[in-house]
Amino acid sequence: MNTGIPLQYFLILAAIMFFVGIYGFLTRRNLITILMSVELILNSVNINFLAFNRYLFPHKMEGLFFSLFVIGVAAAEAAVAIAIIINIYRRFATINVEDVNEMKY
Amino acid sequence: MTINQVMFVLFSVMIIVFSVLTVTSRRILRAAVYLLFVLVSTAGLYFMLNFQFLAAVQLTLYAGGIVVLIIFSILLTSHISQKFEPVGWKKSLFSALAAMAGAIITIITILDFKFSATAEAAREIDMRLIGKSLLSVEYDGYVLPFEVISILLIAAMVAAIVIAKKGGPKKTETQTL
Repeated sequence: MNTGIPLQYFLILAAIMFFVGIYGFLTRRNLITILMSVELILNSVNINFLAFNRYLFPHKMEGLFFSLFVIGVAAAEAAVAIAIIINIYRRFATINVEDVNEMKY
Repeated sequence: MTINQVMFVLFSVMIIVFSVLTVTSRRILRAAVYLLFVLVSTAGLYFMLNFQFLAAVQLTLYAGGIVVLIIFSILLTSHISQKFEPVGWKKSLFSALAAMAGAIITIITILDFKFSATAEAAREIDMRLIGKSLLSVEYDGYVLPFEVISILLIAAMVAAIVIAKKGGPKKTETQTL
């Protein structure tokens, strides 16, 4: 198995990736880049699930299946989000979150 | 240093550097390509953890599907040469402070916690076992989440088609009036 790499290294790596995603979520102003930050966050959570599964409970498969389902949810979320973004672009001709401030049409 | 450690350091450096570039790059298409690099290095980490199936799913679904979808929508909605204006220093500073505070607290907690592994023998996870567990209703089966995710996927597909359909309700309203 993984010789010489403690579990904590994986968790710290995932934590850094998660908070880089949070930083992007807070600073970005374009809807697509916000979506990309959300993908980073979801991905870091997957690393956590898999590291826990491999190091702490190697006889079970929960981590594997939940990462699989997280990937499925991320794909569905990306499809719907991009449909919404393209619709917003059609109505407002921009996808900057500060210019899109009305829901009524 | 063993080859494992070298690979781990390589992948983590790639993930961290390209994640930071993804959220700070001012050209949107480049940000998407950096995201692709992050996802591919994550697939490498999955291979290191010995989850071959999930690494393959990551490569095909994330690096193949979602990134292509994102790049398509970038090409549909913005000019390739367009550059974002830089983020205001106030917002940048406070966001970085919030993110770093969260990261430091999390890392301290991780280093402080005593993880205890089970003594049970590791199980070899092959494709046959994954397929059987996914459709089994026994103790180790995951058929309920599988069904839930299939309903979610079909709902998302229908919703995406309905939302992105051409012709807004505005036009039909004026026609009926």
